[in-house]
Amino acid sequence: MNSLRQIYTILYKDVLLELRSKDILTAMLIFSLTVVVIFNFVFEPGSAEMATSAPGILWVAFAFASNLGLSRSFAREQENSNMQGLLICPVDRSAVFTAKVIGNVLFIFLVELVTLPVMVLFFDLSIGAVWLPLLATLLLGTLGFATVGTLFSVISANTRSREVMLPIMLFPVTVPVILAAIKSTAWLLAGRDLGQVWPWLRLLIAFDVLYFVVCFLLYEYVVEE
Amino acid sequence: MKSIKTAHLVMILLTFIAVEMALYLTFLYAPTEKIMGDVQRIFYFHVSAAWASFLAFFFVFIASIAFLRTGKAHWDRLAASAAEIGILFISIVLLTGPLWAKPVWGVYWTWDARLTTSLVLWLIYIAYLMVRSYTTDAERGAKFAAVFGIIGFIDVPVVYMSIRWWRTLHPAPVIAGGEGSGLAPEMLHTLLFNLFAFSSLLITLLILSYRISTLEQRVQALKHHS
Amino acid sequence: MIRTEHIGKSFGPLHALHEVNFAIPQGEWAALLGANGAGKTTLIRMLAALTRPSAGSIEVAGFDLERHAHKVRQRIGVVSHHPLLYGDLSAEENLRFYGRMFQVENLQNRIDELLSLMELKKRRHDLVRTFSRGMQQRLSLARAVLHQPGVLLLDEPFTGLDLHATDLLTRFIEKAIAGSVTVFMSVHDLDYALAHAQRLLVLCKGRLLMDTTPGGIGRDQLVELIRE
Repeated sequence: MNSLRQIYTILYKDVLLELRSKDILTAMLIFSLTVVVIFNFVFEPGSAEMATSAPGILWVAFAFASNLGLSRSFAREQENSNMQGLLICPVDRSAVFTAKVIGNVLFIFLVELVTLPVMVLFFDLSIGAVWLPLLATLLLGTLGFATVGTLFSVISANTRSREVMLPIMLFPVTVPVILAAIKSTAWLLAGRDLGQVWPWLRLLIAFDVLYFVVCFLLYEYVVEE
Repeated sequence: MKSIKTAHLVMILLTFIAVEMALYLTFLYAPTEKIMGDVQRIFYFHVSAAWASFLAFFFVFIASIAFLRTGKAHWDRLAASAAEIGILFISIVLLTGPLWAKPVWGVYWTWDARLTTSLVLWLIYIAYLMVRSYTTDAERGAKFAAVFGIIGFIDVPVVYMSIRWWRTLHPAPVIAGGEGSGLAPEMLHTLLFNLFAFSSLLITLLILSYRISTLEQRVQALKHHS
Repeated sequence: MIRTEHIGKSFGPLHALHEVNFAIPQGEWAALLGANGAGKTTLIRMLAALTRPSAGSIEVAGFDLERHAHKVRQRIGVVSHHPLLYGDLSAEENLRFYGRMFQVENLQNRIDELLSLMELKKRRHDLVRTFSRGMQQRLSLARAVLHQPGVLLLDEPFTGLDLHATDLLTRFIEKAIAGSVTVFMSVHDLDYALAHAQRLLVLCKGRLLMDTTPGGIGRDQLVELIRE
C-alpha cells in the first residue's frame, strides 16, 4: 500500500516535470516523424513494397525514438544527482523501477499514438478493422522496450560514453520484442486473422513478463553503489 | 594460487593431447561426407565452438549471480574472463559458418535461426565487455556487467525461439548431415570427442585469462600502495 | 546515535575505507575531517544507506542498517553538496514530493513552517533552478528535515554558501542539537569544526586516524594530521 502511494508520487512528479519541459516528448516525436519521412524516399510513391515495409519502418521509428526518450528520462534524474535524492527516501528500489517503467511506457506510447496516424496517412494503410489488436501490439512492444530500457538507461548514464551505450545494450537484447512486434503488426495490416497474430502477441507477453520480473529484481544493483 | 597453477598445468597437458587427437579424428578418422565432401569436416569445429561459447556464457551467468550475491571481486574477474573467451568461440562459429555455407548453400550468410542467434549473442557479449570497460568506477562497472551478463544469458533461449518462429514462416535451408539425423557412427564419435576437446580448451583458456586478471589486479594494488 | 563496527569498503585491492570504528551518542555534533579522497563521502554515503559496506556493521538511529534500511532512512536527514532538488519544480512542489515519499503527516503545515524558518516563503512558487546556491541549500536543509529525523548527515554542506546562509544553517543545527538530534557532518573548514563541533573524527586514506574533542587537540596538530 505504501509502495503504491510512492509509485504514484514518483510518477506524478515525472509527469509534472515532463509537462513543464516537454523535452522528452518533443524529441521523441520529431525523431520518429523524421524517420517515417526519410523512409518515404526509399520507395516509389504508391508502390506495393511501401505497404509491406510499413511495419518495419514503424518499429524502427519507435525503437529509436524510445531509445532517445529512455536515455533522456534517466539523464533528468541524474542532472542534480536527483537519483540519490530518490534513494535516500524509504522506498523500495523495485517501486522506483515500477514507477519509472510506467512513466516511460506512458511517454513512448503517447508518441506512438501520434506517429501511427501520420504513418497511416503517408503509407495509405487501413487499420480500421484491426485498431484494437494493433494498439495492444504497440503497448506490449513498448512495455518490453521500456522495461529493459529503464534498467539499461541507468547503466548507460553511468558510463563514459553516456547515451552511446544504451542502444548497444538495448537493441540486441530486445531482438525478440522487435521481431514479434513487427510480425504481429505486419500480420494485422495484411488482414490475416487473429489466430495467426496471437502466437506473436503471446511471445510479446511472455517476454514482457519475464523481463519485468528479471529487471525488477536486478534494479537495486544498478542504482545502488 | 598454487592449486590454480597446478590445475592449469594439468589442463594444458590434457588440452594438448585432446586437441591433437581431435585433429586426427576430424581429418583422418571421420569418413568424407558423400554430398558435401571434405568441407563438411568444418562441422566438427563449428558445432564444438558453438557448444564452448554457450558453456562460457553460462559461466558468465553463474559468476555474475555469485558476484551480485557476494560482492567478491574474483567472481567478477571470472565472469569477465569467461565472456572474453565466449566471444572468441562465438567468433569462430560466425567465421566457420559462412565458410561451410558458401560451398554447400551457395551463399555466405543465411538468416538461419542458429546462425542469427549466434550473431545476436556476439553483439550482446561485445556490449557486455564495453559496459565493463566504459565504466569509470571499477565496482559499479562490475555490477553493471553482472546485471547485463544475467539478462544477456536469459535472453539466449528467447532470441533463439523468436528467430526460429520467424524463420519457419520462410523456406528453411535443409542442413544436410545435421546433428543426429543419420550421422555415421565415426562422425558421431568425432563430434563428441571434438566437443570434449573444445570444452577442455575453454577451461584452459579460462584459467589462463583468470590468472592474468589476478596478476593485473596485484600490479594495480602494488601501484596503489606505493 | 550512530555506531560503526569494523566497517570497510573495498573492491579487489582497493580499500576506500578500512576498519572504521566509532560511536556518536544521541544529541552530539560530530565533525568529520580529512583531505580529499580520504573517504569522507564514502563514509557518509554508507551511513545514509546509499553505499553498502563490504565489511562490518552500522547502527543508525537505533537500527541495524543492513536489516532495517527503510527504518533508518525514515529516521535520517541527508544534506549533500548536491541539493537533491528538482530544478523544474517549485520550492513547494519539491518539498511536497519528498514529504509524500517520507509519508509526512500534516504535510502542508510542515512545509509552511519550514519555508518560513528557511526564509523562503516569498519564493515558494518559484522554480528551484532560479534559486541562488544559498537558497537551494537552505531548501535542501528543509527537505532533509521534513520528516523530523533524529540523525542529520551532512556532506560538505557549506560548499558555495554565503555568510548569511552559513549562519542560518549553523543556527538551525544548534537548535537541532538542543532537541537531541545527532549531527554528523564532513567539513573542510577546520576552524568551523573546532568552534562548533563537540567531537572530531579525522579520516586519512580510509582509516580513522583520530577520534577526539576540540579541547583534546591543538589546531596545528590537526592541520598536520589532515595533510598526511
